[in-house]
Order: sequence, then C-alpha cells, then structure tokens
Amino acid sequence: MPDAQTSPLAGDRWAKTELARHPQRPDPIFLLEQLFTDYVEIHGDRAFSDDPALRCGFARFRGEELMVIANVKGRTTKEKVAHRFGMPEPEGYRKALRAMKLAEKFRRPVLTLIDLMGANPGLGAEERGQAEAIARNLREMSRLRVPTIAVITGEGGSGGALALAVADRVLMLENAVYSVISPEGCASIMWRDAAKRAQAAEAMRTTAADVQALGCIDGIVPEPPGGAHTAPEQAAQLLGKELAHHFAALGKLPLERLLAQRYEKFRNIAQFYAG
Amino acid sequence: MTWFKRQQSGIATDGEKTVRTEGLWIKCPGCEQTVWKADVEANLQVCTRCGYHFRISARERIDSLLEPGYACVDGDLRSTDPLDFADLKTYRARLATAQVSTGLNDAIVNVHGHLGPHPVVLSVMEYAFIGGSMGAVVGETIARAIDRALAQRCALIIVSASGGARMMEGIVSLMQLAKISAALARFDETGLPYLSVLTDPTTGGVTASFAMLGDLNIGEPGALIGFAGPRVIEQTIRQKLPEGFQRSEFLLSHGMLDAVVPRRELKPFLERSLDFMLPTAG
Ligand SMILES: [Zn+2]
Repeated sequence: MPDAQTSPLAGDRWAKTELARHPQRPDPIFLLEQLFTDYVEIHGDRAFSDDPALRCGFARFRGEELMVIANVKGRTTKEKVAHRFGMPEPEGYRKALRAMKLAEKFRRPVLTLIDLMGANPGLGAEERGQAEAIARNLREMSRLRVPTIAVITGEGGSGGALALAVADRVLMLENAVYSVISPEGCASIMWRDAAKRAQAAEAMRTTAADVQALGCIDGIVPEPPGGAHTAPEQAAQLLGKELAHHFAALGKLPLERLLAQRYEKFRNIAQFYAG
Repeated sequence: MTWFKRQQSGIATDGEKTVRTEGLWIKCPGCEQTVWKADVEANLQVCTRCGYHFRISARERIDSLLEPGYACVDGDLRSTDPLDFADLKTYRARLATAQVSTGLNDAIVNVHGHLGPHPVVLSVMEYAFIGGSMGAVVGETIARAIDRALAQRCALIIVSASGGARMMEGIVSLMQLAKISAALARFDETGLPYLSVLTDPTTGGVTASFAMLGDLNIGEPGALIGFAGPRVIEQTIRQKLPEGFQRSEFLLSHGMLDAVVPRRELKPFLERSLDFMLPTAG
C-alpha cells in the first residue's frame, strides 16, 4: 500500500481532479465517435422514458460488433443542462441494463465509457427508484454472459459510476479519478467546509494510480503528454489500442472462466485483519 | 452520506440516554409525549402511544428475531485503514472509539440460528458504529454471510441500518457494493430466499446494492430509505422536500418495498415468508 506522504502523487491529487474535469477533455461521446463505426443508437427503458444522460447503441470496433454505453455530458451550457451533466436518472441505468441484456442475447461484448459526477440526486430519481436501478445493474453486470469492459474516462463518481462498471476489465484513463464521493462532498461532511476539497482528494486517494494500487481497477490507459485535452484524437487512439488488447484477451476465455474470474475479482477486493 | 451528522446528534443525545437509563420516563420524538420507559422497552423500543420506532442495536434486533441459542459468527475481521485516512481526526481513532462504545469490531454482526422452525443466516448492521457505514470489513462480513447461507442451503436475512459507503475507506468501500451484489447474484441462482429488512436509516450505497435486492424488501415504519441524502437533494433542487419523502411508506407507495411491517410483527412476517419460499417439511 503506498503511503500518502511518500507517494509520488502526494499533493497532486486535486490537480488530477481538475484535469479529469478539464472542459476540453475528450468526453465519452467524442471517444465513441472516434473509435467506432456504423453506430446505431437505441432508446428508452421500456418503462418510463429515454434518459438523455446516457447513450446506448451498437457499433463496430475494428470490424467487430459490440454494444457501447456512454455518458453524454454535453459541451455547451445548454447541452449540459439538457443532458443533466451526464448524471443518469433511474431510467438511464435501466436503459443501460436493457442494452446489456440485448448484447448478452446476441453474444456481443459490452463497453461502457463513464464520465459522471454521480447518479442524479432528485425527487423524481428517488420516486422512481434510483437505488433499485443501481443495485440491479450491479447484480446483473456481475453475471452478464458476455465480455465486458468499463472505462472511466474522466470522473467516476460513486455508485452512479459503479452501476456501469462491474466489468471483466475496469480501466481508467491516466488522468481520470474514481471515488466514493466527490472531494467537495467529502470535504463538506468530514471537514465541514467544501473548500477543503484538495485535502479530501488527497485523503481519499482518487487518482488512477491510487485506485490501481488499491486493487480496484485492472489497468490504466496512457494519455498524451500534458493530458488528453492537449491531443484528443491521440487520446482516443491510445484508448483504442488498449481496448483491442483487452477485448482480444477476453474473447479467448471460455465463458464460465470469464464469469468466474469476474466474480473472484470483485469478491476479493478486500483488506482486513482477521482474528 | 448522512451518517456523520446523525452520529453527531447521537453524541449530543448522550445526556438524554443517561436520563433514559436513570429515569423512568422518556420523551417520544413521534408524539412528543412523555412515555413510560419500561413500556417502550417491553414493546421492542416502539412508542406505546404512537408507534414511533426508536433505533435498536444489532444485538437487540437479533434477540427480537431469532430463537435463543443462535451462534455469532464472522466477528473477527478488523479494518486495515487502507488509505491511512485522516480528516479532523484519524480514521483509526474513530474506529477505536466505535469499537469501545459498541463492543464490536465493525458495523456488522453475523449470526446463524433459527427463526421459528427455519434455519437462517442473519446479518445485522450496527448503526451506532460510525453510522453503520460500509467499508471492507462490513462488505466482507456480509459476503461471508451470503457464502455461509449458500453452503448451509438456508435462508439469508440482512437487516440494514446505514448511511452508506464509508468514505474513510474511499474507493475500497465503493467496491463492496459490487462484491456483495455479485455474491447475491450467485445466491439468487440457488433458489434460496434472501429477505432484506430496511430500518432507519438506510441510504446511499447500502440502499443502492444489497438492501434493494431482496426477494422481498421490507421496511420498518417511518424509516428513512433512499439513495441520495435528503440534504443533498434539497441543495440540488433548491426546494423543501415534501412531508414523508423517502420514508418507508413513501417507498411502499412508489413500488420499492413489498411491505412496511411494524417491529412487533416482523418476526411472524419473516417466518410466514420463509414458509412460502422454502419446501414444506415432512
Ligand atoms: Zn410516541
């Protein structure tokens, strides 16, 4: 376990959070457009609505069919509001699960591209079962009978991100962050001062290197020097290379082995003293 | 993530607790009447005037549900403090305080015993331990309860009382949601029953994982149950929340719970459910 004081990242974690939120950072939709061809979007959860914060569809990646589920953050202020900054409602998670089950039925792998602050908090979200929608996704993703890859491209915010990330391979872009609560949220609870967000980011160890050291992801996708926002196309290509590598490796595993490995990976994320 | 505030108010009412222990009367937050303490205790900590459900400890809960002679299991795990976390206090100090005040290693108790005629594995969260928050030890202990019920081919009951994931264990605490949900997927495939009981409060990552995944989801009357904390929602939507929002009865009417069951009726309700779900003996 790296020590917070001696880690090469010490003092750097808030800067990483800012990079992960950089306005010019390539978002999941940009990556989707760069990496895939023949994309066909599908809509709706068949129960209530079509959540604009998540986009689901099938596409081709280097000739292979796959299901892609991506956050839509929006680029202009108007778009951001329309897409709720990428924060899904329960219908978003239910649409995503429907897309995953469709991929399972037709034996196509699933990719999720995640960049969200969290699941949307609100009256309607609670009324329509945000917690149930997330919980169901966690359970169903753990046993989905096709290869799955989840990529945290920017911010991986809490249960709202995890509900799309119970996958065979969970990857983070080099400057992405993944945490149980935002640094601002942690600071306002633990320090009673949201301005202590840098301390909170340090204490929670939210960077890709931290999360990998804690055994909670499977790999880090390198970004161009200076960060993905400095060369978005190159960032997409670097991600494409990693995806090709991991999909090829997962495709070679017999299904039962794939499922057993996925299960064991999450089952064994645990640190405790016994006795 | 509301546990910290709640824990603070818990500390603030220590004086009141002392009064409760020494005095014969307590004031009920439900009806604001002064009620005879012995009556409330004899009534499973439920107000005899208005039915307000006071919070109860994991041990009281277990005693209210299982036959005598149950065995406490899996209680030996302790947190490693994986992040070496400190805010205004160190996490280690918070753990030590909670361990002394509750007599537990963490916010969870697993037991194996009988509920009526049915052998069960029962896992109960302890809200008095850092707000019942879930870190690696709670996650692993619940996963072990699931494994145990699976190995013994018996029913699983989890009683939740938690503010959600334990942020002092950062991303490791978040991963416990995935771990337990994956274990429940396996358990689901065995055809064995899993009953989820949600008590005041059940919020955040606990609701958004195992608490909502029961074959039956059962709430206690008046319990706060939700994903986002009420304060977070109020700050986001900038309006007051309606009366009764995120209470058990609200979830029942929105289709998220199978039943709201008063504490005194909970044991017969669970037993009746297991009768339905398990093969008839003989
Ligand atoms: Zn009362």
